[in-house]
Amino acid sequence: MKYVSEFRSPEIVDALLKEIKQTLKGNWNIMEVCGGQTHSLVKNGILNMLPSNIQMVHGPGCPVCVTPVNLIDKAVHLATDHGVILCSYGDMIRVPGSGMSLLEAKSKGADVRILYSPLEAVEIAKQNPDRQVVFFAVGFETTAPANALSVIHAHRQGVKNYSVLTSHVLVPPAMEAIMSDTECRVDAFLGAGHVCAIMGMGEYYPIVEKYKIPIVVTGFEPVDLLEGILMAVKQLEKGEYKLENQYTRIVDATGNTNATDAIGEIFEITNREWRGIGEIALSGYGVKEKYSDYDAVRKFKIDIAESHEDLSCLSGDVMKGKIKPGQCPNFGTRCTPVAPLGAPMVSSEGACAAYYHFNMAAGFEQVV
Amino acid sequence: MITACPVPQFDFDTINLGHGSGGTLTGQLLDAGVFKILGNPLLDKKHDGAIFNINGRVAMSTDTYVVSPIFFEGGNIGDLAINGTVNDLAMCGASAKYLTLGFVLEEGLKMTEFTDILLSIKAACDVAGVDIITGDTKVVERGKGDKIFINTTGIGHVHPKADIDSANIKPGDKIILSGPLARHGITIMSHRQGLQFETTISSDTRPLNKIVLQLLDGFGEHIHLLRDPTRGGLATVLNEIAKDCCMGIDIAQRDIPVEEEVYGACEMLGLDPLYVANEGLFVAIVEAKVADALLYELNDWEHGSMAAIIGEVTTEHPRQVVMKSNIGGRRVVNMLPGEQLPRIC
Repeated sequence: MKYVSEFRSPEIVDALLKEIKQTLKGNWNIMEVCGGQTHSLVKNGILNMLPSNIQMVHGPGCPVCVTPVNLIDKAVHLATDHGVILCSYGDMIRVPGSGMSLLEAKSKGADVRILYSPLEAVEIAKQNPDRQVVFFAVGFETTAPANALSVIHAHRQGVKNYSVLTSHVLVPPAMEAIMSDTECRVDAFLGAGHVCAIMGMGEYYPIVEKYKIPIVVTGFEPVDLLEGILMAVKQLEKGEYKLENQYTRIVDATGNTNATDAIGEIFEITNREWRGIGEIALSGYGVKEKYSDYDAVRKFKIDIAESHEDLSCLSGDVMKGKIKPGQCPNFGTRCTPVAPLGAPMVSSEGACAAYYHFNMAAGFEQVV
Repeated sequence: MITACPVPQFDFDTINLGHGSGGTLTGQLLDAGVFKILGNPLLDKKHDGAIFNINGRVAMSTDTYVVSPIFFEGGNIGDLAINGTVNDLAMCGASAKYLTLGFVLEEGLKMTEFTDILLSIKAACDVAGVDIITGDTKVVERGKGDKIFINTTGIGHVHPKADIDSANIKPGDKIILSGPLARHGITIMSHRQGLQFETTISSDTRPLNKIVLQLLDGFGEHIHLLRDPTRGGLATVLNEIAKDCCMGIDIAQRDIPVEEEVYGACEMLGLDPLYVANEGLFVAIVEAKVADALLYELNDWEHGSMAAIIGEVTTEHPRQVVMKSNIGGRRVVNMLPGEQLPRIC
């Protein structure tokens, strides 16, 4: 496929690996922020191909992983107690809540539907005027425009039985939270390419300056990732810190203004709780007052017990890059994709599941 | 092929509960439909069961078909139900001879749809060379089924030269895949409600008995295992094999055939073709010395032009499947905990 196959070329990968090895002198910890990048690194076996003095640290950019358990409980509550048609992206439905996951709720009779686009949920609302339809709007800046657009469409078409349960989070505040942690060991970031395709690159200059850390906006194919790593290594070896763009075929400095206009119309920046990390100030989107009729939290009386999660889950430390998944005592024993303790073991973008599925050959025993 | 059969005429447009009552309506449904289309000397006895002679080594298999949508590019639930059980027997090295056919129909199923399914069943039986010799029809209330569920059970003689057993697998054996991956699963997913995704990909549902028997004629006991990677796809079947024989399996991504369009659809949908369902595909684990000759013969088969040796059995990493990626990295290919779920972004 054009624009894909050339970024999976074994010859270019070999050349980039060679150049990384020639450039490399120190030991560096490079964090890929986005879960899609983590997925690609392990799926393509890149982690095992890198020199041992580059450690990839897996960041918090997995939307499934950082959605707080309280939101999952609310989604389950809406689906079971309010009888709404609860629509969700696929890998959200297996994440454990305090009581059950959406998948378990579905098996108990709740109407939970997996969709690829929130606009389909608006169509479902139109087809079922006597039912309430809620879209579980999770994700980073990448999914926010489509979710915003669904509210715009519903509003424009007078669809009153549609609303969104939002848990939108933002990348730059999460990077700041990681850098502010005194135990932080990240030397450079691979910026999340698709987030920057929406938002542009402007938000990252202050982080580069404040923390004197290289950020290379990077794509998702093997050649993208290795080129991003090479660009980061070159900066690190020269003692530089700059914002660079590896993903030029998709990302430009200004981003997608149609998308950001849609976000700006529907959402405003709010404080957000991140599962495993805690509350980060001004780190997410909430629905604006003007569109409160489309905000499921305001629309429905949500009365649920306090949420709780398994305290032995160390997913927060994994997502902050403090430990690797295999260093968690529960990895592969008490915590597996079949019976996950925390969200990173559920989504294939989550570092724990990615390690479990793809990387056990690198020293972990098979778990049956 | 479907038009070769006489299209039956019914006095009713849809299935209702009376068609499962065992009374007159059931008789009309069976006489004007099932028996008229699928009739043969054993079925025509209309007895509670079929009586026949069978000697020697036989294989038997059963499967239930609940696919939704019931009609899709390249087939429908009817030919799927025939081919699926014919293929399960083929994976035992057996040629299906007789099948049973059980329907669970949902009240409200259109007779035109049921007729099309019966005609497809007949056509698939003719292609595979099998007869339906006994069956059952039940009707459930609207909302308690999904239009139609089908169970088929098959029986057939095992090829005299076949010795299909995972205990025969040994290090160095080659793993051959009979064609390109993931066509059936992507076809079904592209039809499901709400996906709004159109392709020209069609299901690979087809009977495998004739090609399998032909390969057994030529290579007999050198074929150590046959499996069809249906639900769970290639990755699941290879993991089951690795666990069964307590050996490792190495595969190379660049050798695994996936059609460009299917691959593109998988990329768009966030799915890994290794885990997507197939219906007319098989994996053969064969003695290394016959692998090239067997592949040569398979490539000559009308559906085998993309067949390939995709890997081999190894003593390393027992019970694990390890894939060398296109770019040269290595990773474990594991079982999925459940259905493959699309990623958010």
